[in-house]
Amino acid sequence: MEKVISRHFGQDSSQSFINYVKDNGYRAARKALTHMTPSQVIDEVKKSNLRGLGGAGFPTGRKWSFIPRESPKPKYLVVNADEGEPGTFKDRYILEQDPHAVLEGIIITCFAIGSHKAYVYIRGEYEKSFQTFQGAVEEAYKAGFLGRGIMGMDFDIDVVVHQGAGAYICGEETGLLESLEGKKGFPRLKPPFPAVVGLFGCPTVVNNVETIACVAPIINKGAEWFAQLGCEKNGGTRLFCVSGHVQKPGLYELPMGTPLRAIIYEHAGGIPLGHTLKAVIPGGISAPVLTADEIDVKMDFDSLKAIGSMAGSGGIIVMDDTTDMVFAAMVAARFFANESCGQCSPCREGSGWAYRNIQRIYERTARPHDLNNLPGIVDNIGGNTICAFGDAVTMCVGSYVAKFRHEFENKIRGRICNIN
Amino acid sequence: MPHLTIDGKQIEVPAGTTIIQAAKKLGISIPHYCYHSALPIAGNCRICLVEVDKQSKLQISCYTPVAEGMVVSTNSPKVLEARKSVLEFLLVNHPLDCPVCDQSGECKLQDYYMAHGLYNSRLADVKVKKEKKAFSIGPTVMLDQERCILCTRCVRFTDNITKTHEFGIFNRGDHSQLDVYPGKQLDNNYSGNVVDICPVGALTDKDFRFKCRVWYLEPTQSVCPSCSMGCNITVEWDKSRPHAYKEARVMRLKPRLNPDVNSYWICDKGRYNYHFIDENRILRVQFKDELISWERAMDILAQAISPLRDSHRLNRIGVLASAQLTNEDLFVIQKLFKQLLGGVSVDFRVPEKPGDSDHFLMKADKNPNTAGAAVILASDGNAQQIMEKAKQGEIDVLYVFAHDLVKLWGKDTVEQIAGKVKLLVFQGSNINETCSYAHLNLPRSVYAEKEGTFTNCQSRVQRIWSAFPPLGEARADWEILSMLSEKLGTPLNYKDSQAIFKDIAATIAPFSEMTYEKLSDQGMLLKK
Repeated sequence: MEKVISRHFGQDSSQSFINYVKDNGYRAARKALTHMTPSQVIDEVKKSNLRGLGGAGFPTGRKWSFIPRESPKPKYLVVNADEGEPGTFKDRYILEQDPHAVLEGIIITCFAIGSHKAYVYIRGEYEKSFQTFQGAVEEAYKAGFLGRGIMGMDFDIDVVVHQGAGAYICGEETGLLESLEGKKGFPRLKPPFPAVVGLFGCPTVVNNVETIACVAPIINKGAEWFAQLGCEKNGGTRLFCVSGHVQKPGLYELPMGTPLRAIIYEHAGGIPLGHTLKAVIPGGISAPVLTADEIDVKMDFDSLKAIGSMAGSGGIIVMDDTTDMVFAAMVAARFFANESCGQCSPCREGSGWAYRNIQRIYERTARPHDLNNLPGIVDNIGGNTICAFGDAVTMCVGSYVAKFRHEFENKIRGRICNIN
Repeated sequence: MPHLTIDGKQIEVPAGTTIIQAAKKLGISIPHYCYHSALPIAGNCRICLVEVDKQSKLQISCYTPVAEGMVVSTNSPKVLEARKSVLEFLLVNHPLDCPVCDQSGECKLQDYYMAHGLYNSRLADVKVKKEKKAFSIGPTVMLDQERCILCTRCVRFTDNITKTHEFGIFNRGDHSQLDVYPGKQLDNNYSGNVVDICPVGALTDKDFRFKCRVWYLEPTQSVCPSCSMGCNITVEWDKSRPHAYKEARVMRLKPRLNPDVNSYWICDKGRYNYHFIDENRILRVQFKDELISWERAMDILAQAISPLRDSHRLNRIGVLASAQLTNEDLFVIQKLFKQLLGGVSVDFRVPEKPGDSDHFLMKADKNPNTAGAAVILASDGNAQQIMEKAKQGEIDVLYVFAHDLVKLWGKDTVEQIAGKVKLLVFQGSNINETCSYAHLNLPRSVYAEKEGTFTNCQSRVQRIWSAFPPLGEARADWEILSMLSEKLGTPLNYKDSQAIFKDIAATIAPFSEMTYEKLSDQGMLLKK
């Protein structure tokens, strides 16, 4: 299978400017800037069916086309490298193994949207990724591939690398923009969307690292080539981060739409020690959990949505039959309770409430009505908040109770008392 | 202009109006905590969610603009369920300490729970404990982090209205807490307003704490007398429990909305300047060391004035009027001393030091009616000259309204004058050093005890209402002068302040066409 995003991974000094250039690096950028118009670039990306690989799966070309070209304000590109979704570790590898692929994508994207400044917001804990990427930026500046008149052409691009401070919510694009502006990472009310009012009040495109890394190959080899790598409406490949109870956990670049069963059993080597599969989180912890019966689903945005889960960030967490699903739910709920930004009442109070409720179930101190109340509590969060974090709490925690209710009930049995 | 339907009622509103504003115009009140019409939209409390046709998710009505043909429901089952659940979430970590909370009775958590909650508690978990309870964050306000629902109204007030930036929300999730920034105190000229806009009991007023339950309070509309801005206020007084707090009647002042004057705000100087209404009052009519009746006091005055009138020596009378008085009082002074008794020197402009001021509401002129006094008294005399003349022995009767002469001119001067004039009359509301030098002390009522109008620095004439009868024997200034006019044989015959105002409108051009009805509760500008 052809590798697109991870083609340089594992090679000696794959992060170096020289090695990237040797392998036809920055050719796509030159091609876009010399032989294409911005709208041709956008059209090409639209045709490639590239979707936002941060988790939302929004068509990238369409997102770019929302930037008002005639606006007198500066436009910005913000690359979201605040990879915080539990179970996800792809952006980190891209930043560390192939940073110039990201920079080339940045150049092309900036050209397409008319931006001269890009910010890369890197998760605070990713110190090595930051150092490597910062080094790549400096190399590119030295080589004249960033800065004024890049590659000898009449186009300026500055890249600023910014380190986050450790909040999951700053991966939400408007929370990220607030944080980048120096404020507390509170997601913004929408509309207006960032394409109209984004960073510093200016039109802004926010794209994930992996999405940006796909841009240069699309320009090099064409939209049709990229689109046919994947499946319908989901172009290309993506990096699946497989962790948990598998023989070979790791990062796998596979076509969009690869069946989950194939990822677990063929690529990741199946469940170890003779155990059987119990559950899978298909796209980072926010994605509703799947049971062992549901793994024939194709791993693309539309197929997963159709069965009530989501492709999310590509973080696949595999759980075998030894897993206590109440414990798994509790860990997920604790994560949400810790990371809720605290802005909207339902999410702020509900995430903590749900966590403490599950904790009592896990500790076997809960009563039957506590379990009966739990789905209602988490249901009231989703859809009623500013950002999608609240929806994630509802969908994620709700799915454990819905699909593994008997395990929750087992922890309550014995506490049933007849005192009314 | 877009047309829309809210709960089956149709309305047309300007583009850009939000659903909550359009609903208000229809008389539909959508519950809200974080929304405040004078502050930027935060959209965080989520209780104002409504159902908009063709939208799968509920929308917050404070932020969603109206659109042509929009159909909104504020009471569909989905909306009611969401509203109830938001309340439930807000109360999850709320201490429910209503019995010891000052906000009780005017708390939006209580109100909305009764109207939209009424669920059985599903909470079996330990509440999150927050650090600061009954914690002083400045000279006037106490913070209770547990009661706070994190609506950020106070944060937005100090960020956008006072621009003093004292407040922030610290930590995240259900450990979020409101606090002042490290090393900062909530200490600006408008601190007290955060208590008004706080929808719950998180921010309470040190001046009001534990004095009175709010349901014992009776509100009376008024105008702040503490400076020339004339901010609109409500005097809140204890109607039925005189034993509750030092026998005081007034428990607090609250700002009252007037978009043309003070919006929703008042300064702290004005807010806390009400204790004089119930404390240290002049309660009895007193001549030298003797308590006397009003009747006798008027005899004494008439006996001093009549001979001067008969001998055409009215220039030996000096009147120090005051911009603390209402337009009505000043008009009666003008009518009595300048028309009926021509030749009397009258002035209200005393050498006062300018007070504190800022660029928002606080004015250096601490009198509520300087603009009115200037128009009505069209003064020829001069307070300084009157005092000089009194010192020289050229004044027989010196009639002083409200001013503390000792504070203005010093003890020695006042002592000297008291020895020179035949009758030094002090008509005041509160005991001060001048009282002891005055021969005749007459108790006047304060603004909360009478009807009338003040003219503020914008030349806006605004009404004050009487909350309760005057303390002791005090009477309104115009009433006292009416009594005097009868004794002098030239009765003024005013039965109430409204009758005086009619006369003002009829005779003083800038007031023409004004009536109490037209002034309503928002006032009218003087004609140029």
